[in-house]
Amino acid sequence: MPPLNIEKGSTSHSAYDLRSHLSDVVETHTLAVLVQNEAGVLARVIGLFSGRGYNIESLTVAEVDRAGHRSRITIVTSGTPQVINQIKMQLDRMVPVHEVQDLTVDGPFVSRELALIKVIAKGEHRVEALRIAEIFRANVVDSTLQSFVFEITGTPEKVDAFCELMRPLGEVRLARTGVAAIARGT
Amino acid sequence: MTRQMTGAKMVVEALKDQGVEVVFGYPGGAVLPIYDEIFQQNAIRHILVRHEQGAVHAAEGYARSTGKPGVVLVTSGPGATNAVTGLTDALMDSIPLIVLTGQVPTFMIGSDAFQEADTVGITRPCTKMNWLVKDTDNLADTIHQAFHIAKSGRPGPVLVDIPKDVQFATGTYVGIPEAKVSHYQPRVHGDPAIIEALVEAMEQAERPVFYTGGGVINSGPRASALLRELVEATGFPITSTLMGLGSYPASGDKWLGMLGMHGLYEANLAMHGCDLMINVGARFDDRITGRIADFSPGSLKAHIDIDPSSINKVIHADFPIIGDVTHVLEEVLRVWKARGRKTNAPALKTWWGRIADWRNVNCLRYKPSETTIKPQYALERLEALTKGRDRYICTEVGQHQMWAAQFLGFDEPNRWMTSGGLGTMGYGMPASVGVQIAHPDALVINVAGEASWLMNMQEMGTATQYRLPVKQFIMNNERLGMVRQWQELLHGERYSHSWSEALPDFVKLAEAFGAKGIKCSDPAGLDDAIMEMLDYDGPVIFDCLVEKHENCFPMIPSGKAHNEMLLGEADTKNAIGAGGGVLV
Repeated sequence: MPPLNIEKGSTSHSAYDLRSHLSDVVETHTLAVLVQNEAGVLARVIGLFSGRGYNIESLTVAEVDRAGHRSRITIVTSGTPQVINQIKMQLDRMVPVHEVQDLTVDGPFVSRELALIKVIAKGEHRVEALRIAEIFRANVVDSTLQSFVFEITGTPEKVDAFCELMRPLGEVRLARTGVAAIARGT
Repeated sequence: MTRQMTGAKMVVEALKDQGVEVVFGYPGGAVLPIYDEIFQQNAIRHILVRHEQGAVHAAEGYARSTGKPGVVLVTSGPGATNAVTGLTDALMDSIPLIVLTGQVPTFMIGSDAFQEADTVGITRPCTKMNWLVKDTDNLADTIHQAFHIAKSGRPGPVLVDIPKDVQFATGTYVGIPEAKVSHYQPRVHGDPAIIEALVEAMEQAERPVFYTGGGVINSGPRASALLRELVEATGFPITSTLMGLGSYPASGDKWLGMLGMHGLYEANLAMHGCDLMINVGARFDDRITGRIADFSPGSLKAHIDIDPSSINKVIHADFPIIGDVTHVLEEVLRVWKARGRKTNAPALKTWWGRIADWRNVNCLRYKPSETTIKPQYALERLEALTKGRDRYICTEVGQHQMWAAQFLGFDEPNRWMTSGGLGTMGYGMPASVGVQIAHPDALVINVAGEASWLMNMQEMGTATQYRLPVKQFIMNNERLGMVRQWQELLHGERYSHSWSEALPDFVKLAEAFGAKGIKCSDPAGLDDAIMEMLDYDGPVIFDCLVEKHENCFPMIPSGKAHNEMLLGEADTKNAIGAGGGVLV
């Protein structure tokens, strides 16, 4: 009997994901989930991940359409192709979920994170912190004689790199938003 | 039509508009306004259960035997938490239920009020969807949405939590036509290209098999009719999961019997050896697949399921078809006929020859006895004496459940109510109440084990109150039979807490409940005793004392493949390896 011959590819709305189901390579995917903004919807999504043992590397949520009561949840998750596929299917079948996009599969996308980084440092270390901040295009949003608060926007890798450079200069305190992402082009 | 009324009245109006005839429930402080409205009308019948778990299982029995959603009404706090097992059971078996719970008034939520529980929080993972309604104006709309969601797509339980002040307050009632159209509209039509490819594979298949499940029954009677037409037209063999029994008649000549852990030899070997498996509305449960790596290694697999997340979850599907079974089978039949009704007849003949050899193994054989009632014999006699009647069977969970699936034949869908996915002991007694309420003149039998039956035996009170002639056929081995079987096979015959030392006298218990009690321990008297049960116009508890140490075969040990079945006692030595021991 001939094997099934249908076009290779995958979309967020079908089960026809023809990547090898046997692959055990762990991939990181960024998902954008458009949900009805109602009580408990975030708990529902998070409960799915904890209940079924999926990973959440980062999760952000905010209302994006007030009139339509829609919120957008951006989730960075990791797993084998089979697990990633299951995560998308399980999300998509939830009643308050309108749409699940796999930005990683669908094409190029922009992914950004905002961080506020407080650096408590003295003397030469303060000068060095400002110099590095300029290279990274981080803004100073608060300053005292003992500390700076920098605001930096970029990919999670850029934020990581910036923090690593700050750590030797003094005590670092960190607040990060997690990733927000959107597809490039139309 | 929009009208002003209290939230409590809205509940009753919305249920009427949805065509609800029966509600299973138990009153309490936080639902008193709704009970007051129920008191003042006659359109909806309320069945008072004895425990909220019983209400949910009764509603499941009602739903499974009618195809209509079951409705439950319970109070806040313990009322809601007692419903959790039933909700989880219904979620696992895809049974449409609408559960209405009372809640403390909105201004007291979060204050640890009397009988307050975070009901939507607790039930979020065990419902398809749930809502806390904080505004009376949204109540009717939410209930209509709840019915839509419970019934559409893959059915399931939903819950609406209604605070007491919302029940008392007045708001605007909306009927079904005015309710918001839900964005939840699951896809029902399969992909035509894949259906075409499946039909092409069916034309060439040398060793095909249909593997059907509860999805066929959930899709409605037309799905069963189409399945029968397709099976007869193609001549392919068919097996089914525990959940799907009755969608194809057990008396049909293409029927291989149930498959899975305690399925028939011919069914499991056909699954193992097939070259085309057509899964219709089943989900590759672990009771079915055994060891995944060796599950039907040489076959292409088609999977028809309305739930996209079921496809490729466990087993890779070569022909993934998302859609409703009725719609998809209609298309498969249409395409297959249009392409000239072709099958690979010579290969099919050979395939049926192999199946005949497997059938000749006679895997359900057991050692008969003239002194003790063998459980298999009890079910054979029950089958023989009730065949042809308007019969509905419920079960509890354990050995008796598997024997019932093996030895009782179902020729119609919606005739078999059993807890499949969750395996809830205590399911069958209340489920039989729900079935009898839906079918007052039918013969409703709950095939039970004594341990399971005791878990929800309080519902005998419901049966006698409503004069429900349910027959509780208890196969009493004074053991937790399935636990005992596993301890024998896996734990060195150390029978830790798997027997009951203080069982009640079931005949006296029946009398205490106002029912009839019958006890039988003699194989020679069994037929007469069963006839006495059937002839009695009222509820019966039948205490059938059976062989205490019988094991249920065939059996695929945990962690083994379909072709490594145990057929009887001789095979059981070291049957379960260390790897299988950790599985359940």
